[in-house]
Amino acid sequence: MLRSLLIANLFMAAAALLRAGTLQDFGTEFMVMAAFCEPILIASLAVLCLARRLLHSMGYATSLLAILVFEVVLALIAANLGTNLLPGRVGLSLVQVALLALFVTTCILAYFDLRARALSPAVAEARIQALQARIRPHFLYNSINAVLSLMRSEPRRAERALEDMADLFRVLMADNRTLAPIANEVELARQYLAIESLRLGDRLKVSWRIDGMPGDALVPPLVLQPLVENAVYHGIEPSPQGGEIAIDVGVSAGQLHMTLTNPLPGETRHTAGNKMALANIRERLQLHFDAEASMKSEVIDGTYRVTIRMPYLTAQA
Amino acid sequence: MSLAQGGVPRILIADDEAPARSRLRDLLDEVRETFPLAIVDEARTGKEVLAAVNKEKIDVVLLDIRMPEMDGMEAARHLAGMEQPPAIIFTTAFDGYAIKAFEVNAIDYLLKPIRAERLLAALNKARGGGNVTRQALAAAANQPRKHLSVHERGKIHLVPLADVLYLRAELKYVTVRTAEREYLVEESLTHLEEEFESLFVRIHRNCLVARAAITGFERNAEESESGWAVVIKSTGEKLPVSRRQHHVVKQFR
Repeated sequence: MLRSLLIANLFMAAAALLRAGTLQDFGTEFMVMAAFCEPILIASLAVLCLARRLLHSMGYATSLLAILVFEVVLALIAANLGTNLLPGRVGLSLVQVALLALFVTTCILAYFDLRARALSPAVAEARIQALQARIRPHFLYNSINAVLSLMRSEPRRAERALEDMADLFRVLMADNRTLAPIANEVELARQYLAIESLRLGDRLKVSWRIDGMPGDALVPPLVLQPLVENAVYHGIEPSPQGGEIAIDVGVSAGQLHMTLTNPLPGETRHTAGNKMALANIRERLQLHFDAEASMKSEVIDGTYRVTIRMPYLTAQA
Repeated sequence: MSLAQGGVPRILIADDEAPARSRLRDLLDEVRETFPLAIVDEARTGKEVLAAVNKEKIDVVLLDIRMPEMDGMEAARHLAGMEQPPAIIFTTAFDGYAIKAFEVNAIDYLLKPIRAERLLAALNKARGGGNVTRQALAAAANQPRKHLSVHERGKIHLVPLADVLYLRAELKYVTVRTAEREYLVEESLTHLEEEFESLFVRIHRNCLVARAAITGFERNAEESESGWAVVIKSTGEKLPVSRRQHHVVKQFR
């Protein structure tokens, strides 16, 4: 959606440049055109958004035709209104308006088609697979070591730890290309933390604030666990006293948000690994949600905080 | 490893993770059947290692590399400065950088999870002598130490680098000056300069000054070749700048 707005506006700017002889005129031309074009754009986006399920059911070719016809009609209506409101301004005939609308709409649709081809299915899937969060080898060996130490003294705990590890690695090795419910992600993070707390004992404290979390919200798999792993690695392990990791998940204004905070003891080494994990998540968010998801990380008073926002989707929608 | 008369090797286990320490205890108990030994103490950070070594006689340290507060690498470097250092056996789960550096500098290490046979072999090797040298450790370290260690009567005393005002070479030793007192360390000024390049600046053939300790410069024609002296924070001392290092004055002013 953001992209179609942007493209249409670029076209408008180009047209304004063509019509205006000088740079000064460009500004005014652009404003007039915007007054004309933006309502069309916004109206069409709104209608298309509402009608997207209908369009989906129509098949690709029919829906394309429907969109084209709709855009042309909309443009003609707006042109009519425009001539009435601003007499003498519009130098285009109705045929010209129709052709222009057809052209811009086709360009936008072609762009999305190209983009979809470039990103999916083969290319995007391969990339998502390549991007799948890789767990630190450090974690694997340390956990095996911790389990070994429990074997003799506490066989029950060792069993549970191995079960958690099996679940964790099942997910890591799985095909993680499609979105999955966030409840699974939270469970996975819990299992991961259970294994880590074996090693770290009281040093690792976790507080979950997920009362407002809709368990059915769909998220890219392995979006939470790598963040939690980072928090343990950078926030807990470097401190003899340890600290608390807080995980916050909720919905506001149709957006799902996840916030994770951890202390930042001493100087931060290993930043390269950290950036890699974050870049990996950022790229996967982009592949799934394009510009409608965001991730930011910040340091506030010795605390490190990562926030992710993405559209709130469920399997039914 | 030099054993006390007729004694068995006295071992210190150093790891920040309780399960890792208890696993080492289990293994040592197994090994004990063929290799008599005594587990003396446990440590959770590099600082605790040094404290334990100061408190009692330790022959072997099983030393985890990644520990909070002070890592195994820095602890090992302080231990290596002792007159009769304990043998060091590094342990690590996975640390690509450390492993490569150890290989290059021929430092032995055990990979976690550790097997009893490997542990036994390492203990036997430690008994045969062949300690890791200071030079090898320094070469393998990927970051500067956060302390200097002063060795007095078999005890290790740590001086945080943040407290050091300047370092001055005298004959065999380097004098470490803090606001409170002076210490002697057996290190070379050139090596210190390389290791702490970002913290210190050379003002004279025999003197490195902490950048943070410089409060100003004064004209001092009599004692200084360059005509300038550095004024040191909190002690107010004035140290001469040599002609060759005159550019430092310009750099700071």
